[in-house]
Amino acid sequence: MAFEGLADRLQDTLQKIRGKGKVTEADVKEMMREVRLALLEADVNFKVVKQFINKVKERAVGQEVMKSLTPGQQVIKVVNEELTALMGGEQSKIAVSSRPPTVIMMAGLQGAGKTTTVGKLANHLRKNHNRKPLLVAADIYRPAAINQLETLGKQLSMPVFSMGDQVSPVEIASKAIEKAKEEHLDYVIIDTAGRLHIDEDLMQELKDVKEAVTPDEIFLVVDSMTGQDAVNVAESFNDALDITGVVLTKLDGDTRGGAALSIKAVTDKPIKFAGMGEKLDALEPFHPERMASRILGMGDVLTLIEKA
Amino acid sequence: EKTRTSFSTKMNNLVKNYRKVDEDFFEELEELLISADVGVATVMDLIDVLKDEARTRNIKDTKELQSVISEKLAELLHKSEEDGSLNVQEDGLSVFLFVGVNGVGKTTTIGKLAHKFKQEGKKVVLAAGDTFRAGAIEQLDVWGERAGVDVIKHQAGSDPAAVVFDAVQSAKSRQADILLCDTAGRLQNKVNLMNELEKVKRVIQREVPSGPHEVILVLDATTGQNAMSQAKQFGQSTDVSGIALTKLDGTAKGGIVLAIRHELDIPVKLVGLGEQIDDLHEFDADTFVYGLFSSIIEEEEENDQ
Ligand SMILES: Nc1nc2c(ncn2[C@@H]2O[C@H](COP(=O)(O)OP(=O)(O)OP(=O)(O)O)[C@@H](O)[C@H]2O)c(=O)[nH]1
Ligand SMILES: Nc1nc2c(ncn2[C@@H]2O[C@H](COP(=O)(O)OP(=O)(O)OP(=O)(O)O)[C@@H](O)[C@H]2O)c(=O)[nH]1
Ligand SMILES: [Mg+2]
Ligand SMILES: [Mg+2]
Repeated sequence: MAFEGLADRLQDTLQKIRGKGKVTEADVKEMMREVRLALLEADVNFKVVKQFINKVKERAVGQEVMKSLTPGQQVIKVVNEELTALMGGEQSKIAVSSRPPTVIMMAGLQGAGKTTTVGKLANHLRKNHNRKPLLVAADIYRPAAINQLETLGKQLSMPVFSMGDQVSPVEIASKAIEKAKEEHLDYVIIDTAGRLHIDEDLMQELKDVKEAVTPDEIFLVVDSMTGQDAVNVAESFNDALDITGVVLTKLDGDTRGGAALSIKAVTDKPIKFAGMGEKLDALEPFHPERMASRILGMGDVLTLIEKA
Repeated sequence: EKTRTSFSTKMNNLVKNYRKVDEDFFEELEELLISADVGVATVMDLIDVLKDEARTRNIKDTKELQSVISEKLAELLHKSEEDGSLNVQEDGLSVFLFVGVNGVGKTTTIGKLAHKFKQEGKKVVLAAGDTFRAGAIEQLDVWGERAGVDVIKHQAGSDPAAVVFDAVQSAKSRQADILLCDTAGRLQNKVNLMNELEKVKRVIQREVPSGPHEVILVLDATTGQNAMSQAKQFGQSTDVSGIALTKLDGTAKGGIVLAIRHELDIPVKLVGLGEQIDDLHEFDADTFVYGLFSSIIEEEEENDQ
């Protein structure tokens, strides 16, 4: 079962329409069914798909598609536009506190890519903004989590703050900020342990860290291969922490990444960065329009729209 | 046929919550399966089959359809009759290779499994074949300590095939029963990294002609449709013999393994239900399918109270 892009999916319906010479409401319905399947295969949450289809259908049944001479082209265009709009504009800015250090806290499920992203963000801040970050090892649970962050710190020649795994993350985070002030470091990036969104104790721990250090940014790190559950995860973390943004990781893979749409739809928080590899320079600003065409299975939507 | 019976009982509980076999029922069933990440194509096929059955047999009551649903789901999971147990050699060394994308739980699963074998009285050795990721060797070391088994390791950055070669020799000379080989996480579309993995497997095959006795693909239950692509690509490169489905202690259902079983016939052999050393279980198809429907069942139970 190869993943079909939306354009491929619409081919059959379009053939039929071409034979008839006009588009009926039934044709639009059929096209919407293909749009639905394409989005579901891309892992967009089924509830989000439902809302989305209703919106697109309105535009499609109206003038735009039914009166069009190139209905397939129009459907793809409408879907792509709505998708891009839903995903928001490009927002790769990171907060700057007027009273340094600026504090960034990471949160997310196990294995999402938090620790790696701490390293990437630190690298980004130094390279592109000339900042001096302190990396903070507040994952006291995962075996060798501290060692992992220290290794990244060494690779970057950047300081890593740790107090071992017998001290609470709240205390580690608080002490790290004092340390940053002493050393005149202007960013503090706090790594936290991966946790399930339904783990009440560990979610409370994150709330406690938040309360103690009032982060300027709280990034939810999400694996772009996540399926239907992305909405539950994003909603729970956002409810608990009121996150400020999302980092979508492992986009160097071949996933369609429909989770991006789900997360945006339920949290309405910007997706700020995309993780594009394991190396510490593999962090890019998130491009909503690229993501839209990726979800729809089109390398380059524009050329496809022309062909359709 | 004890399993089949308990399976039907559970399915019975499920469908008794529905009223009639109509479009609404099928739509709800479809959404349920999709929300559990069962492959879209598999869901559509299944629903079509069920609709056909309902029509030809003129089934109106969901209770009558339930046997058909359980039959079809069971067909998906019990495709081949071979059981889901791990291929452990009666005597001599058994070598298991663990593969998968980044962060799914390979190293953790190895730690848990080492503990399980150790408790069964087996001599276990671990190979630190992830020489790439920061802290990977130290992480496996911690698991080795927890399980009380030896870890064969080289320095970070060294050749994983060389580590595994060494580990096989050590396992042989220690007369170990089990060698579990960790590898670095890699995305299935990275050709170089997949080639590297094939090389690791070839080393095992050369040194232990009957091995590797299992190639376990570790899948994160939170993963959606991409897991199918993972199963295909890793299957092609390393001829995967079984799946370890991790992180089922969350709210994700891991339904994509149904589609993987259906299309590629790779059985799930292990299930990860947490981060602790005891949180590894054998796969039980009934429990798994029941889990797919647990949200409705819980909802119903709440309504009943
Ligand atoms: N290919 C790829 N791999 C990534 C990316 N980001 C992280 N990884 C890998 O994903 C795996 C998990 O990353 P970590 O940074 O350890 O994830 P984590 O969220 O800190 O994990 P826990 O602390 O265990 O919850 C590692 O193998 C990373 O190298 C990415 O953008 N692309
Ligand atoms: N909740 C839960 N967490 C798990 C489970 N299995 C593994 N984890 C966690 O997932 C994260 C990643 O696990 P690892 O074992 O490091 O994964 P990996 O596949 O070896 O990762 P890489 O080597 O970076 O590719 C860790 O935080 C583990 O504690 C599980 O069954 N349930
Ligand atoms: Mg981490
Ligand atoms: Mg690992």
